[in-house]
Amino acid sequence: MAAIDVELRNVTKEFPGRAKDGLVRAVDNVSLQIQQGEFFALLGPSGCGKTTTLRMIAGFEDANSGEILIRGRAVQNVPPFHRPVNTVFQDYALFPHMTVQKNVMFGLEMEGVARAEAERRAQEALQLVRLPDIAARKPRQLSGGQQQRVALARALVKHPAVLLLDEPLGALDLKLRQAMQYELKAMQKSLGITFIFVTHDQEEAMTMADRIAVMDQGKVLQVGTPEEIYESPTSKFVADFIGETNFIQAEVAETNGVFATVKLDETTFIKAVTGGQALTPGQKVTVALRPEKINLFPVKGLVEYEEGSTETAEEYHRSLMSVPNMNLIRGRVRQAVYIGTDTRYVLHIPGEQDVVARVQNFGLRSDTYFEDGQEVNMYWNAENARVLLQ
Amino acid sequence: MANQVMLSRTSARPTIDINERRAQFDLLVRRIGKIGLHVNPIFAYFFLWAPIVVLIVFSFNDGGSVSTWQGFTTRWYENIFNNAIAAGTESARFTTENMLGAVQNSMIVGFSSTIVSTIIGTMVALSLVRGHFPGKRALDAVLYLPVVIPEITQAISLAIFFKVIFDFTKMQTGINATTGFGTIIIGHVAFCISYVTIVVRARLADMNPRLEEAARDLGANEWRTFWRITFPLILPGVLAGGLLAFTLSLDDFVVTFFNSGIGTSTLPMFVYGMLKTRVPPEINAISTLMLVASTALVAISLGMQGRNAARA
Repeated sequence: MAAIDVELRNVTKEFPGRAKDGLVRAVDNVSLQIQQGEFFALLGPSGCGKTTTLRMIAGFEDANSGEILIRGRAVQNVPPFHRPVNTVFQDYALFPHMTVQKNVMFGLEMEGVARAEAERRAQEALQLVRLPDIAARKPRQLSGGQQQRVALARALVKHPAVLLLDEPLGALDLKLRQAMQYELKAMQKSLGITFIFVTHDQEEAMTMADRIAVMDQGKVLQVGTPEEIYESPTSKFVADFIGETNFIQAEVAETNGVFATVKLDETTFIKAVTGGQALTPGQKVTVALRPEKINLFPVKGLVEYEEGSTETAEEYHRSLMSVPNMNLIRGRVRQAVYIGTDTRYVLHIPGEQDVVARVQNFGLRSDTYFEDGQEVNMYWNAENARVLLQ
Repeated sequence: MANQVMLSRTSARPTIDINERRAQFDLLVRRIGKIGLHVNPIFAYFFLWAPIVVLIVFSFNDGGSVSTWQGFTTRWYENIFNNAIAAGTESARFTTENMLGAVQNSMIVGFSSTIVSTIIGTMVALSLVRGHFPGKRALDAVLYLPVVIPEITQAISLAIFFKVIFDFTKMQTGINATTGFGTIIIGHVAFCISYVTIVVRARLADMNPRLEEAARDLGANEWRTFWRITFPLILPGVLAGGLLAFTLSLDDFVVTFFNSGIGTSTLPMFVYGMLKTRVPPEINAISTLMLVASTALVAISLGMQGRNAARA
């Protein structure tokens, strides 16, 4: 296992609240371990404590309790200007009265680096962010994208152990933001510097991060790779915050530890992953299921199950039933919306509830299209459904 | 379809009624209002500027009258500088030399109180915007007191304050301190601090606090952060506050009058002295010159604040 660059141990931060003597707990008992060379995302809605967490690592806020270690050293009483971390601010915070070059050189000047050496390194940093020709300009003469790159150069020129980025792409337009996501990731890979970035944009976090910590109300709910977070959310909040998820209300019928059988109504049973949670029969639970995991086929007629091969719906139904851990239920289409790459169906299923299914439009639209009010067969692998208690 | 909502449809298309007379009337009211918007400021500016325009015009009036126009002259301005102020009148003791002495006194008081009040005012602004201490809100509110309390109240309170202090020092040490430059400057500093603080605080509040964090993040301690980032960025505000303080100090009469001593008459006091018996025409000329100087200073001050706004 790689060395740990940043570690948070039971860190709590409280701010004075509106009520008299009331305190708002912005960060609540957070523990994290961020490895060297990792691209780590703090993801959550606004006010979840992600920015406060970042500011505590940078040294702009002091934790009320707990410990923060950077490269194994406790930094509670170390001011920001002595920490081996640098920050790219959300609004870039470029010094308006200095040229781009002076901005980038500022950090080196504070270290006492000789002028010629500082100039050389500043030029290098500007080359790294692909802006070698704007050194003489003032920040207000730059576009938002250019300012963002200068802010990056100004932080990276110091060769920090850890680079902190606070919503680094938040102020850019969509196209530029997407391009920068891949560029930042490539840059981080080649530099090998630990990046910790804060975002509320789940897509941004998924695209760039090696690991994501999902935060809500000051707490870290789940830490994992983008795939773990997306495929195996451990709470309703995480499942809902990352992408679209169906929450199916059900009651536990039986469990074997790995899979639980839950019932939607008296005659409809499905299986779902327990994730090691202790369940008891009769318990009310929620089953999380991603819309794109659900497949549809007609109740009657022919099903083309692979290129050129068809069988009747009844035969297909029978063959699916023989697959272990396959969930197969009936639903009625309530709404079908064609959205290009796929079709989004709202389906009424047993238990008087609706789920959303997204079916890719492989062939012509007419081949795979189901109409409002039509009865359809729905199936998905039980491994894609998770029982959630919270 | 448990949660589907149906809107009941109305049977007929609704018709739209327009009351023609009502519409005409509203249009008329709106036109009158538009004309009013143009006329209002003309009245307001007339009241504001007419007396000053009269002053300036009559400073070029040939003849001793301040009410009838008798032709153009610059001789009142010449008199001021030719030692002939209010020649042939009771006020003839007001020589150019005396006037220049008063100007010099005004400058001594102005510069001293500007420098002191700008430094103190800037520091107060810094602690009000960046600091966290108990009673900060109360202090913030009290800051406006010198701006709103009657100047006469402040002048008398200062006079009494100095008297108490002087009595006390005489009793304790036997030193007989009197009013003079010191008391005038302290008085001016006392009311200028508020103005400087208000101007500098506005500039500081506009400044992005992330800039200071960025400097600290890049390795600058608090001292270097202040001199490299904060101070250059609030400098236009500091200069504007200083100029405002200087203007206020130059123009002040009431506080100066109650706290001056022998030989420390400032220019406004000199002008007041000339007025005691009658209004000599040179008054107009001196007043016009003071007006030009003050206006220039305020214009520069406003210009600097404007540049602030454009930058922020």
